[in-house]
Amino acid sequence: MGAKRPARREFLRTGATLAGGFTLGAAAPALGQVPAQPPMIKGEREGEIGYGARSKYVTSSRIPHGGRPSPDNFGLTFHVASPLQDSVGVITPSSLHYFATTRGAYLPDIDPRQHTLMIHGLVDRPLTFTMDDLKRFPSVTRLHFIECAGNRASRRAKTVQETHGMTSNAEWTGVLLSTLLKECGFKSSAKWFVAEGAEEVKGASSMPIAKAMDDAFVAYGMNGEAVRPQNGFPLRLMVPGFEGILHTKWLQRIKLVDRYYMNYNDYGHLDQDDKVAALGYQIGPKSVITFPSGDQRLPGKGFYEISGLAWSGGGAIKQVEVSVDGGKKWNKAEFRGTPQRMAHCRFAYPWNWDGNETEILSRCVDEIGQVQPTREQIAKYWNKPYDQTFSVPGLDNSIQPWKIASDGSVTNGLA
Amino acid sequence: MGWRRRLAFAFASLMCVPALAQGPPYGIGRTPTAEELRARDISIGPTGGELPPGKGSAKEGAMTYRAKGCAGCHGAGGVGGSAPILKSRDPANPDVWARGRILPLRAPFATIVWDYINRGMPLNREGTLTADEVYALTAYLLFINGVIPEDQVLDQQNLAQVKMPLGDNYASLPEWKPHTQRLKGYPY
Repeated sequence: MGAKRPARREFLRTGATLAGGFTLGAAAPALGQVPAQPPMIKGEREGEIGYGARSKYVTSSRIPHGGRPSPDNFGLTFHVASPLQDSVGVITPSSLHYFATTRGAYLPDIDPRQHTLMIHGLVDRPLTFTMDDLKRFPSVTRLHFIECAGNRASRRAKTVQETHGMTSNAEWTGVLLSTLLKECGFKSSAKWFVAEGAEEVKGASSMPIAKAMDDAFVAYGMNGEAVRPQNGFPLRLMVPGFEGILHTKWLQRIKLVDRYYMNYNDYGHLDQDDKVAALGYQIGPKSVITFPSGDQRLPGKGFYEISGLAWSGGGAIKQVEVSVDGGKKWNKAEFRGTPQRMAHCRFAYPWNWDGNETEILSRCVDEIGQVQPTREQIAKYWNKPYDQTFSVPGLDNSIQPWKIASDGSVTNGLA
Repeated sequence: MGWRRRLAFAFASLMCVPALAQGPPYGIGRTPTAEELRARDISIGPTGGELPPGKGSAKEGAMTYRAKGCAGCHGAGGVGGSAPILKSRDPANPDVWARGRILPLRAPFATIVWDYINRGMPLNREGTLTADEVYALTAYLLFINGVIPEDQVLDQQNLAQVKMPLGDNYASLPEWKPHTQRLKGYPY
């Protein structure tokens, strides 16, 4: 029976091709006739029935970030960026969600029936939860972005995928960490917690207990299905608004401790300057125009809806402004949907391009009043000269300019 | 269930609340065994409380460094390989921050070096080193950076006592609170 299937599929595929060829060859319908059909997908070609595939005409895909290939010659993956230039709405499809490993790594292939989360340390009752256990607790479902600390624009980057593609936004489902910590009876001496994954290096990060009791949760769901392996299947920690690396993937252990542990991932955060350290934990308010953006081309003057994404680790986005004249005048953008806390929100601004060379930019303000700065403002804050080589200390949330030439071509304004 | 029984049940449930507040609210999950706890408890804090028994010296570590292939990526003596360097090229500089991003030099606690090697090395053979080998490699890397003498044997008791050159010359994280900006006054 099984052996017959490929033959049948082959027949269907051939049939579909024939049908397609037939339709394409047909002449335009005469007046009053039914319009010609497009080519048809028949049966289970490309997985339309079992697990839906997108159209073969849609080719938007992730790319390796920062020049290191993923996978490399050894099958190791490192940083992979999301195609923001093709995004619409606010959800990043799981297949296009950015992902990163702390160093080139193989992805763990975890059997969820074997996976457990252990919570111990400064608790009355250390407990181990199976995945089935976790799904019995009251759940939360929330829209949240995750952004890598390495998501910084440079003058060498061409597209918005290269400048900003290390952030994505998904609907995550799981159990509040506070629910689990209450189940374990956490002690008042617990000031920090260490979250640890099950991958080869058991990547660990220390975070304040205040975050655990506020809005952190352990997620088993992503965009309506199980979390993808690249994003931590079967369980990842969500610490909304904190930098990406702290959203511990393949989560298998949480230990409550009395001090900052400075293990593995924490060592990467070791800094000399208190102010830089403060800028390296919670993501600042950030926005970027995704259309029109680098490497795209406007076919001619006329109407366009400028569209982009805005997000902040400090809460919901309160306002986005767009400038179409290089930052001289700022215009309030509209939201598409209601901005959520620590989530991408989609903004839009109606624009009639007059065909002249210009520069377009966006900036945002979040619900606690933090404002997205220009690179010049950041340089001034650090008393450093501003030029093309200026690198933003801490996480980079600076304004991204896109230049539009009179032929409609769009390029990186930092170049 | 009749309404009287339902009412009685609801009342009984209400009476249970004070008792539940003392114990686990949902009663889900099981208590891990001591062995399960020990096996997973690998994050070594600054006091070294989680360190396993074992010991090693710089001389033993130099042999382990060659035998386990560390030199293949990090270079003989900690420099000259494709992986991050492990020995400062500027050892005389009094400013530790200026000597480069070198784990066994810049780490504020020697336990960080032990933890890093133990969980992260060697690449693609993580978790294969014995505790003694990790103590020895830690001693070797601290020795080549001038942190400890060559003959010092590191163990479960004295590792956390090693005085690292950075001292407390590093940034502390601000106390995080919800709905609070990350750095007051930034960028204007």
